[in-house]
Amino acid sequence: MPINYYIFLSIALFSIGIVGVLTRRNAIIIFMCIELMLNAVNLMFVAFSKMHYKVAVTAGDIATTAGSEGQIFVFFIMVVAAAEVSVGLAIIVMMYRNIHSVDVNFLNRLKH
Amino acid sequence: MQNDLQIVYLIPLLPLIGFLVNGLGRKQLSKSMVSLVGCGTILASFIISVWVFMEVRGGNTHVANYFDFLSVGNLEIPFAFQIDQLSSIFLLIITGVGFLIHVYSASYMQEEKPEHFGRYFSYLNLFVFSMLLLVMGANFVIMFIGWEGVGLCSYLLIGYWFKKTEYNKAANKAFVMNRIGDLAFLIAIFWLISKLGTVSYNEVFSPANLAKLKTADITAITLLLFVGATGKSAQIPLYTWLPDAMAGPTPVSALIHAATMVTAGIYMIARSNLLYSMSPVTMDIVAYTGLATALLAATIALKQNDIKKVLAYSTVSQLGFMFLALGTGAYAAAVFHVMTHAFFKALLFLGSGSVIHALGGEQDIRKMGGLSKKLKITYITFLIGCIAIAGIPPFSGFFSKDAILLSAYTRNPLLYSIALFTALLTAFYMFRLFFITFTGKFRGTTEQEHHLHESPAAMTIPLIILAVLSVIGGFVGIPELFMHGGDKLGEFLSPVIAVHEGHAVTASTEYILMGLSTALVVVMIIFAWSRFRNYRQREETGFGKVLENKWYVDELYEKLIVNPLNKLGDFLNKVFEKSVIDWLVNGVGRVVNYSGRQLRLLQSGQVGNYVLLMVISMVLIFALQFFLRK
Amino acid sequence: MIPVLLILVPLLTGLATFFIKKESLVRYWALLSSLITLTVSVLGLTLLKEENYLQYKAEWMQTLGSSFSVKLDGMGQLLCLLNAVAYPLILLATWKSSYKRSNNFFALMLLAQAGMMGVFLAMDALLFYFFWELALVPMYFLCSQWGGEKRIAVTFKFFIYTFLGSLLMLIGILYIQSHTVNHSFDIASFYQVNISAKQQQFVFWLFFAAFAIKMPIFPFHTWQPDTYEQAPTATTMVLSGVMVKMGVFGLLRWLLPVVPIASYQWGDVVTSMAIIGMIYASLIAIQQDDLKRLVAYSSIAHIGLMCAAVFAENQSGMQGVMIQMFNHGINIIGLWIVVELIERQFGTRKISELGGLAQKAPAMAILFVIVALANIALPLTNAFPGEFLMFNGIFNSAGTKYAVLFTALAGISIILAAVYTLNMIRKVFYGETNPLTERVLDLRLNEKLALGIIVVIIFWIGIYPQLMLNITDGASASILKKADILPLIRKH
Repeated sequence: MPINYYIFLSIALFSIGIVGVLTRRNAIIIFMCIELMLNAVNLMFVAFSKMHYKVAVTAGDIATTAGSEGQIFVFFIMVVAAAEVSVGLAIIVMMYRNIHSVDVNFLNRLKH
Repeated sequence: MQNDLQIVYLIPLLPLIGFLVNGLGRKQLSKSMVSLVGCGTILASFIISVWVFMEVRGGNTHVANYFDFLSVGNLEIPFAFQIDQLSSIFLLIITGVGFLIHVYSASYMQEEKPEHFGRYFSYLNLFVFSMLLLVMGANFVIMFIGWEGVGLCSYLLIGYWFKKTEYNKAANKAFVMNRIGDLAFLIAIFWLISKLGTVSYNEVFSPANLAKLKTADITAITLLLFVGATGKSAQIPLYTWLPDAMAGPTPVSALIHAATMVTAGIYMIARSNLLYSMSPVTMDIVAYTGLATALLAATIALKQNDIKKVLAYSTVSQLGFMFLALGTGAYAAAVFHVMTHAFFKALLFLGSGSVIHALGGEQDIRKMGGLSKKLKITYITFLIGCIAIAGIPPFSGFFSKDAILLSAYTRNPLLYSIALFTALLTAFYMFRLFFITFTGKFRGTTEQEHHLHESPAAMTIPLIILAVLSVIGGFVGIPELFMHGGDKLGEFLSPVIAVHEGHAVTASTEYILMGLSTALVVVMIIFAWSRFRNYRQREETGFGKVLENKWYVDELYEKLIVNPLNKLGDFLNKVFEKSVIDWLVNGVGRVVNYSGRQLRLLQSGQVGNYVLLMVISMVLIFALQFFLRK
Repeated sequence: MIPVLLILVPLLTGLATFFIKKESLVRYWALLSSLITLTVSVLGLTLLKEENYLQYKAEWMQTLGSSFSVKLDGMGQLLCLLNAVAYPLILLATWKSSYKRSNNFFALMLLAQAGMMGVFLAMDALLFYFFWELALVPMYFLCSQWGGEKRIAVTFKFFIYTFLGSLLMLIGILYIQSHTVNHSFDIASFYQVNISAKQQQFVFWLFFAAFAIKMPIFPFHTWQPDTYEQAPTATTMVLSGVMVKMGVFGLLRWLLPVVPIASYQWGDVVTSMAIIGMIYASLIAIQQDDLKRLVAYSSIAHIGLMCAAVFAENQSGMQGVMIQMFNHGINIIGLWIVVELIERQFGTRKISELGGLAQKAPAMAILFVIVALANIALPLTNAFPGEFLMFNGIFNSAGTKYAVLFTALAGISIILAAVYTLNMIRKVFYGETNPLTERVLDLRLNEKLALGIIVVIIFWIGIYPQLMLNITDGASASILKKADILPLIRKH
């Protein structure tokens, strides 16, 4: 399958994530959208990693490690995302306790 | 060897000392002390001037250098005096007539408070000082110093009675109009400096330097100098200050009109006659301006009812004659007329002062009449003055005016006929004034009639001396026609004034012209006698009203120049300054303020907004990078 | 040694003044200080004329390429003398004015004097900038603490406006410094800097902005009338008498010789601005009913003439400007003295409310008329030689095609000057008295003394200007030599 399809899918996922972040006010949904964007990036990493590997093998280099860095990055991102989820959810819980809502528009203390 | 004439600095210095003494000591000195200092210094200057004149007649001319006034780079302007034929004549006129006016003033101003009396005499002395500086200077800058100096003094003296707003306005007008001329003079000086690098007469008028000048330059310089002269010598278009200058005390008018100030323009052009002769265009302009002024002022004088105003317009008119003479190349005739005019105009003004004095300050001739019985000396001397100015032989005015008319005739018969017409008008208005004032019945109040008296000796003696001079003053310039070598003045001036080369007229023509003018003048006088011997007041109508209101020239200037300038200034002050310039300046501040206020709104505190902004900026950056890479 | 003393005397005495608590002593202390400064300045002019007395150089900020380098040349001599003469006169004339916290007032005045001295003496661009600001800061406090009702807003504008100009100049200074061969702020390196005509234009406007605002010339002048009106009179005298000369001085020392090509190219534009400003300010002055604003606008007109003459770039104009800077300073202080007196006596500056003062206060009238006539450059007063030379300079300017036009237009302003000056004299001093002016008091001894000295200076320079011209002769010639663009053109 050509790489283009992966790219398009990834862009679509990423855009959905952005639009979600921008338009939704529920903190949990925003959180999920952020996850969506991270996963779009992950998908891209994996796709390119496979592509590079295939190119190297086709060129005759059987024992190549080309493209493995991409997959390592995916692990990093997943770890960070997991950490983020734990911290973020904790924040959301605290927020709910304080203002009995998870609507981010109430969180404008920066200004007031 | 040191030239004897080096000490001529005493001539202006003495009046200056008189000015300082009287000015600083006006509260301490008694009136008699003040007049002694005031008159004494001028008399001393006069005596030195006579000596100087004798020296010059003996062939001794001199440029006395004292110190560097301005010396910058290549430009050197020394403080120097030039004593030659031309300046020595003017010295005599200024100090001589000036002295008589001082003596007269001492009596005329007797009723002033002591400190004002001192102030008056100090101004008078300063006036003479400035005028002396003007004629003695050896370069145009020193002349300019005196030139502005007389402007200042006229300002001070016209506004001498400073409580009256009208007088002060007249003083301001005189100063400002003079300054317009002064500016042109100044530019002419700069022009000379730029072309020749010098302003000293000796160097400017040297043949080598004159040859260096292009015709266009000469025309520009002479025209600018002439504009300067129109300011000081009251010619069109800058003449309106002179009649208003009557606000000053009468002896001051005499001083301004006869001995100082207004003759400055004539002196300046006579001094630069070599330049003027090289520019026919300027000569024409000078001649026509002079003639137009003479005619205009004479028509105005026909209908004036203030005794001093009539005399003032007659001065403007006579000055016009002098410029006509200059413009037709008869420089010596112009100087000659300056001299005779100084005698009879001083006489007339002082005579009118005597009349005003007798009537307790009345200046309106409609309220005079029949004064001949009470004011005998004034009456006779005034008559002599009138005859002299009208130009009846052998009075002085005849010779000088005839020289001018002749010169006009040789140039152009049209000039001659207009000039002759103006001369007839002169005779008419002068004798109108004379008959209305001195003949008929007295028309003032009875109180004034009782008060009528002849003036004291200190006032009548100057009158008598001036009357004698008005009679005999013309004999220094008898035409060749009557007496060979009779034109003593022209001969005397010939080293400094290029001899005028017109086409000579035949003896018979000259006789006819003289006879014609004399006969017509006599006719005019008889006509005036028949109309005004028993004068009754009438309202002026039609054209007479236009003349009475001086052709509405003052109003015209007011409308065309003064008012628009005031409006412009008002607009700039109230609107432009605040709403444009300051608005722009404050606008910079406002922009900073406004943009600060607007940018503050971005900080909404809404996380969503920040994210949106971030996304948009990222997209923009990517797009920018994408396009810029190509 | 002399230049250092000129700066140090007012600086140290000024700092000391802050700590003098006794009100009565402060005045005498300030007068004493200013008299010492005057003595030093006169010494520099007469007895100690040798080179080594007149310059001083010490290390300052070596790594930056800046040193503490001061020197008295002809132009500096004249302006330092003005600065030194002005202070005793101002202190004398305002002897009877009382100020709250007077020790601070006089201290700041003296600090401003030190700053201005430094400006006139500095031979190092950074030092020049340093003193330029040093002079401004005390002025800010003087105006905002002791000024009139609207002082805060007006002073704010004055400060921001001039400060903006100074910052632009600083950019210019740094730019030039980075292009000098040895990366030095020294004036000699500045004069030798080799930058192209394009770069020069850029630097020209940076410098010119600062000087144009300071002088000020049209259309950068709007801070001035307000500030003169609101500042305490003693401060106004310093501002108009001495401080605005810093702008003209800056043109002469730091603009023409440093960027000669741009100065030549923009000469016409700047001259036009200056001449438009002269006529503009004169027309507005005619309409003024407020004495202070009238004098302020007349000052703008006179400064405009100086600016135009600077750009004539010839010996006559240059020397005219230099002696006129001195003369204008003296004359305008004389005008302020009388204006202040009138305001203090009647509580008004409105010309229309005054009148007839000459009857009751002849000494004031006579002295004021003399000063006013000097202000309109009547011959035999001090301003005449200056204006004559400046006009001559403009007329004979080789750098422009419009010399005749410029001279004629600029000349109109001398006619207008006569109009507003004489009208003001007429309305204030002549005519009948009114109930307000009936009880006018004539000059007191201290004011008589101050005005008397001014009048003596007026006539002294008016009759024998050569004395002053000789001082500035060399300085103007050397500026012209450096500003001469002919050799540069040949080189390129």
